[in-house]
Amino acid sequence: MADTRDITLTVNGESHTATAETRTSLGDFLRHTIGLTGTHMGCEHGVCGACTVLLDGEAVRSCLMLAVQANGHEVTTIEGLANADGTLSPLQEAFWEHHGLQCGFCTPGMLTSLTAFLRDHPDADEKEIREAISGNICRCTGYQGIVNAALDAAKTMQEG
Amino acid sequence: MKPAPFTYHDPTTADEAVALLAQHEDSKVLAGGQSLMPMLNMRFVVPDHVIDLNGIEGIAGIRDARDTLEIGAMTRQRDLMRDGTIAEKAPIIPGALNWVGHFQTRNRGTIGGSLCHLDPAAELPCLMAAYDATLTVQGPDGARAVPFAEWPLAYMMPSIGPDEILTAVSVPCWSGNVGHGFVEYARRHGDFAIVAVAALLAVEGGKISRAAISLGGVDVRPLRLDAAEAALVGEAPGADTFRAAAELARGIDAMSDAYVSSEYRQRLAATLTERALNAAANNLNGSA
Amino acid sequence: MGVRYIGAEVQRMEDPRLITGHGRYVDDITLEGMLHAAFLRASHAHAKIRAIDTSRAAALPGVHRVFTHVDLGPQYSHRMNQLYPAPVIEQDRTQYPLAKDEVCYVGEAVAVVVADSRAIAEDAVALIDVDYEVLPAVVNVMTALDDGAPLAHADMNSNLMGRMRSQFGDIEDAFAKADHVFSAAFMQHRGGCHSMETRGCIGRDDPWGDGLTLWTSAQSPYLIRRALGKWLDEPEERVRVIAPDVGGGFGPKAGFYPEEIVIPLVARFMERPVKWIEDRREHFMSTTTQRDQHWDLEVACTSEGKILGLRGKITHENGAFVPYGILLPNSSLTPLPGAYSIPAIDVGVDIVFTNTVPNSPVRGAGRPNGIYAVERMIQTVSRELGIAPDEVRRRNYVRPDQMPYETGATLRGGVPCVYDSGNYEALLDKVLELADYNDFPARQAAARAEGRYLGIGISSCIEDTGMGPYEGTTVRVEASGKVAVRTGAASQGQGHHTMIAMIVAEQVGVSPEDILFESADTAKFSHGVGTIGSRVAANVGPSAFDAATQVREKALKLAAEVLEASEADLDIEDGVVRVNGAPDLSITLGELAVQLSPPSAMRVPAGFDPLLEATSFDGSSGSPIACGSNVAEVEVDPATGEVRVLRYSVAHDCGVMINPIVVKGQIEGGVVHGIGNALFERMIYDDQGQPLTTNYGEYLLPLASEMPRIDITHMETPSPLNSLGVKGAGEGGTIPAAAAVVAAIENALEDFGVEIDYYPVDPQYLTELIDKGAAEAAE
Repeated sequence: MADTRDITLTVNGESHTATAETRTSLGDFLRHTIGLTGTHMGCEHGVCGACTVLLDGEAVRSCLMLAVQANGHEVTTIEGLANADGTLSPLQEAFWEHHGLQCGFCTPGMLTSLTAFLRDHPDADEKEIREAISGNICRCTGYQGIVNAALDAAKTMQEG
Repeated sequence: MKPAPFTYHDPTTADEAVALLAQHEDSKVLAGGQSLMPMLNMRFVVPDHVIDLNGIEGIAGIRDARDTLEIGAMTRQRDLMRDGTIAEKAPIIPGALNWVGHFQTRNRGTIGGSLCHLDPAAELPCLMAAYDATLTVQGPDGARAVPFAEWPLAYMMPSIGPDEILTAVSVPCWSGNVGHGFVEYARRHGDFAIVAVAALLAVEGGKISRAAISLGGVDVRPLRLDAAEAALVGEAPGADTFRAAAELARGIDAMSDAYVSSEYRQRLAATLTERALNAAANNLNGSA
Repeated sequence: MGVRYIGAEVQRMEDPRLITGHGRYVDDITLEGMLHAAFLRASHAHAKIRAIDTSRAAALPGVHRVFTHVDLGPQYSHRMNQLYPAPVIEQDRTQYPLAKDEVCYVGEAVAVVVADSRAIAEDAVALIDVDYEVLPAVVNVMTALDDGAPLAHADMNSNLMGRMRSQFGDIEDAFAKADHVFSAAFMQHRGGCHSMETRGCIGRDDPWGDGLTLWTSAQSPYLIRRALGKWLDEPEERVRVIAPDVGGGFGPKAGFYPEEIVIPLVARFMERPVKWIEDRREHFMSTTTQRDQHWDLEVACTSEGKILGLRGKITHENGAFVPYGILLPNSSLTPLPGAYSIPAIDVGVDIVFTNTVPNSPVRGAGRPNGIYAVERMIQTVSRELGIAPDEVRRRNYVRPDQMPYETGATLRGGVPCVYDSGNYEALLDKVLELADYNDFPARQAAARAEGRYLGIGISSCIEDTGMGPYEGTTVRVEASGKVAVRTGAASQGQGHHTMIAMIVAEQVGVSPEDILFESADTAKFSHGVGTIGSRVAANVGPSAFDAATQVREKALKLAAEVLEASEADLDIEDGVVRVNGAPDLSITLGELAVQLSPPSAMRVPAGFDPLLEATSFDGSSGSPIACGSNVAEVEVDPATGEVRVLRYSVAHDCGVMINPIVVKGQIEGGVVHGIGNALFERMIYDDQGQPLTTNYGEYLLPLASEMPRIDITHMETPSPLNSLGVKGAGEGGTIPAAAAVVAAIENALEDFGVEIDYYPVDPQYLTELIDKGAAEAAE
């Protein structure tokens, strides 16, 4: 008999109650139980960073957490990054403007990671941004568009 | 890459956790999960039970007990980096934590998890060896203290019983005119070090009065360079002194594996020890 | 003419979905009643299968069925098809979709479990018992052809897959009259593709409805449809293959894999959709890679550094099977002579089986290897003769007045390789300026005074892009005025939607937002070829342009009749045809489309075919040759062997750029892939054929923290081979990168006389070379 728990968590501001097998990762739960497929599973061993989500505002690997551990917590995924009125966040806008993505698979982890990082380090320079996303692998862009987007978004947010 | 089935337990007290461990033979303790979860996902470990420590009250947090930092085992690496007391009394710790994984993994990873996982190349065990930290382990018969020197028994095997959990770490801070240096070489930012070196120096009257040099990545456990430490004491800090002391690191027994030879580790041990000592000398003036 | 889009920096149409989490990758698709599969894969590099016992697995609750080779049935018991048959393949060998009685690499699929969830399927995989008789494995490509070497397949008599040779000019004469002959031998290693999205597919069989449908993360859906139809012995018209959003491909997703047979087949047997998503460990073990290639070369030259000939031998690791013909080794040969006019070449390749995962092209295919080899020989000539590296290149480049320049080499398909256009020396000048090359000695001296070792390296390349036959496009104006565009070309992130929308919008006179774009679905467009070899822009660009032009002409012709005006007086803007000088006289494209698709009993206007639609397969009349010159500036720490790339400069010419933002992104990503090859990425096997690098802690992909900022400048020499003047840009960043980085490292370590004969250049290897050089200098 599979070990399951009924859990309740808030995802992108909305409360979800569901049954989770205890061995299910938070990432798989978000994708396949709640149906928010914007979070991507790239390596399932915590290195590629594609599955990064915000847990109570802090960036974490959703492949390295059990869904049951998120019980009672708030989770933000890429689907929840836009402004309340549905317009793109400055970081999302900057990714679009600076060609910060190609295939889009690493993008959820890049956006969630940088959302948290730039909130905490609004003055970050290029070196700091490159270190911040060193836990997020992108095979398409060579990172330059991503770094440019992050620098530009930081500027916009500070002016903003 | 989905974990094999297990029964999940989320105790709320240390006693409860210990009781669960005693009750269930094939158990794994889940702290921050940044090492255990990949191993579960890859089915390198297939425990029947997972005991999650994240809901336990009172084993996270940082307390300043005079010149000793009392750190709860479930303190997140992120919180070690953000803590003002640590930054003041043991700035080598937040500096070295910059090398630990990535900020996303540090948001979950804990000091206790790293010390129990005991990867030979991990930064926190290397630091705790330098400080001669003391670890508090709780079991069915109560708590016991383990000096860090006695903590690693073998490769990735800490001195902890199957029904014990690590609850706290005591870090005795250095005072006086002290300096610190932490350097490591990894191929990429956030990788486990090939070799890491933590160096602490205290100077009195222009002479080194105390030295600690701890190497990660060269042996199955963090290695203190006793000979080099002894050679430094009584000498004036300086480039030639440091070079001579660092050369002693070249003679250590170093591991080899499919990726890195022992000769290369020895080379890095000498190079990085010298760099760590110079870094320590460069910030002599207050804390370490 | 309305708004110009070609050449404009248009933000991508793909992005709003992807930056809000609304992409649709294969694992995002859920079908009613869908089951989940997991594969049991060979744990030995070479073994006979004596017996397989699936009973414990099949008995696990939640498991629906377990299939081995025999369970697929006699109708489905044959090996996979060779996608690219070639006469030089002496021993052809493709795999069974599920291994029959012998496994030949760790990771080869042996059985598949179909269950309620992926987790349960994995539980059951662990319960399958296979009785193996372990056989000796051949792993080292350099000894695989030795007498007595273990054989990769038990029934073969040698590990030689085949031999190829590129031979032109009078090589004997070149070496006979040379002032100097220099030699160099080196190993090149390139790793896997490591697309961030792994492979994966969903099969669904609906015999009374849609037939067999396969959603798969792939670069060549039409190739898969044909191969699957052929393997099943069913008409491909009853097979539909859809590549939804694909999270990167880089070559290894261009082929056809065992899972793409097994999954639709078991879906048929189960009468339910079945999904399989490759996990990252499977990706390391079962997705094709591009590993060892050894080169042993001699160069003949004059005292002035003019190269007369190049000869030698390549030993190419093929892996255990031949899924993809000889495309990879062939593409290592065709770039010779690189950007240079070398009159005689004679280089042969031995293609060698090993008990490792099959090889197929990874970004650039063999081109990075071929270019690396030529650039190494340029460096050798420079060093031996004491002529500056840029000067040796200048003395050997193919000059603009030689264009079109027939190298003597033969491209795939047997056509001669002809350099169509470009100015290689001007490109070098541009990159040297961008890299502040002339000031480098001062930078190097200043750093050396501080004990730091800087080095600089140049690499020039050509790239044959845009191979045929075609990628077609249909453009149709709908009654709504929106423009439906469909093509066979699949995208894995290159931005085809944006590129094609720009071309069509400009030509038809609408905005790119008015384009309804669909691709990579075999039910939506009649045929396509595949997204490989930087071929899409130079094929689909012209076909989109041509189809859009035909639609425009048809719209103008009809509008001229309706508006009673001369065609010459008409223009289309924002979807409206207007008469110049009479702004009130107009008709929308949607209204014209309605006239050409009238309701019953009405007639299509006389002289017109129905529908405001055109399809074109216009492409390039040959392979446009893109070119580039790169400069890498590095710092080496001799104490640790660490190499840091400080600066990286690119001058690139891919003809007319359709969207410079996209071109820039392709080059930046390509360069980083190339730096990864030069410094980081190494797929290691032990001597038993067990892969040792099967996670991202062990296999080192380039990260943002180690990568330099990349400065790019362009030349735009139009290709005469297609209507838009475009050339491919997808691999031009990768191809020259390793050669530039390695040359820079050697330059930094000139004092130690370091000559690198292997990449990726890891720090331990480099310290060994430094110590050796220091010891020799001390003697």
